[in-house]
Amino acid sequence: MTDRPSGEPAYASYYGRPILKPPVWKDDIAYYFFLGGLSAGSTLLGAGADQTDRPALRRGSRVAALGSLALGGYFLVKDLGRPERFHHMLRVAKPTSPMSMGTWLLTAYGPGVGIAAASELMPRRIRRTTLGRLIDGLARPAGLAAAAIAPAVASYTAVLLSQTAVPAWHESHEELPFIFTASAAVSAGGLGMIVAPPHEAAPARRLAMFGAIIELFASRRLESRLGLVGEAFSTGEAGRDLRRASTLTAVGTLGSVLLGRRSRAAAVASGVALLAGGLYERLGLLRAGTASATDPKYTVAPQRQRLESRVNEPRE
Amino acid sequence: MASDVCKHCTHAGCLDVCPTGALFRTEFGTVVVQQDICNGCGYCVSACPYGVIERREGDGRAQKCTLCYDRLKDGLEPACAKACPTDSIQFGVLDELRDRAHARVERLHADGRTEARLYGADPNDGVGGDGAFFLLLDEPEVYGLPPDPVVPTRDLPRMWRYAGAAALAFFGAAVSAFVEGRRR
Repeated sequence: MTDRPSGEPAYASYYGRPILKPPVWKDDIAYYFFLGGLSAGSTLLGAGADQTDRPALRRGSRVAALGSLALGGYFLVKDLGRPERFHHMLRVAKPTSPMSMGTWLLTAYGPGVGIAAASELMPRRIRRTTLGRLIDGLARPAGLAAAAIAPAVASYTAVLLSQTAVPAWHESHEELPFIFTASAAVSAGGLGMIVAPPHEAAPARRLAMFGAIIELFASRRLESRLGLVGEAFSTGEAGRDLRRASTLTAVGTLGSVLLGRRSRAAAVASGVALLAGGLYERLGLLRAGTASATDPKYTVAPQRQRLESRVNEPRE
Repeated sequence: MASDVCKHCTHAGCLDVCPTGALFRTEFGTVVVQQDICNGCGYCVSACPYGVIERREGDGRAQKCTLCYDRLKDGLEPACAKACPTDSIQFGVLDELRDRAHARVERLHADGRTEARLYGADPNDGVGGDGAFFLLLDEPEVYGLPPDPVVPTRDLPRMWRYAGAAALAFFGAAVSAFVEGRRR
């Protein structure tokens, strides 16, 4: 059957039925992407705050890094079809599986985050014991070690989505890693503005601004470069979520740049907007993939085009 | 009528992405899920360019055609090939099947059925050729098959390079956020 509504590119399908199975990943996975990015960005902010003597930013970022990692891990396990078998991920290390690589990245990343956060959360009575002193002494190197891995934690998730046959995720593999790390920077910056007073939060404001700029450019490039598949990002629920994300990120960035230095209340409000923007960004990216796998035109039309260009320019 | 059989790709996306090692390549060259290992992460579902493998509702694990791994081990042919009364589904050594299929297409072309074509029989296609391939009488998408399937892994080194660049940029942004701060 050939489906040719006017204005649509010509493509055939089996009665409009999808060729691909839709991704089984639900919103939980978007929550994990958001929380993992938040954790990675917070770890970087926490380590930087530790080096530059910003106690409130250090404390808030370290605790947030652990909290978001733990919550993100919960969502990861919850989304499995057999959650009680989550540890089967540790049976193998496979370079061809970004999920396997991510498992080992998180395994390497977690302990440093845990030690850095533990030194902030320890009650005084434990702090005075040998164990307490050990944790306090290890906090800085542990935080730095985690900070060295954090950028990979924030970016591997983009490869995880792109290493699929899902058209929107696969075709966007040039931009997705930048959107993921930029969004992580925005979220962590937003959280830094909430937990630290304005005079300590300058790095958080700058990190959020850098992230917002890169996210804006990468998203624009994605939609213009991908043509037909780019529609999956601009239409439907995915388009709605991504537009909300852009608006919230723009509002939060402007608020922090204009008022963040002077008013704590404005900084907190901007931070909340930036966090919400980060969450909508991940939900939108996830839904764009599902939408592109559900409509056969996204699978057939680009492959048809590829075949036809190969016929016109035969392989050497 | 077309079966939704697993194509048992030479370069199998599902196998590449499986993070538990539940999916493996058998001694027959087929791709099979070990049900006692799979934890239902669902990665294989999105990595299959044919939309074959699926997570079963209520079970939580990934399921797909095994090309009757248990029967093959006992020296039998897969149940679908055994049951098919017209021998439309044939089982055998892949090279012999390909030769037989090419001969059949030539015969059909000679009879004027020029629309006949093989699908998945080319070892140079995007998945390195299918272990289960088809003789079609129309474009693949008319049967619900992708016209030019490619294993996602083909672009993996490229994808990691972009991710590496993004990670470095992220680290650089974080460092410069603090370096600037010190000046004030």
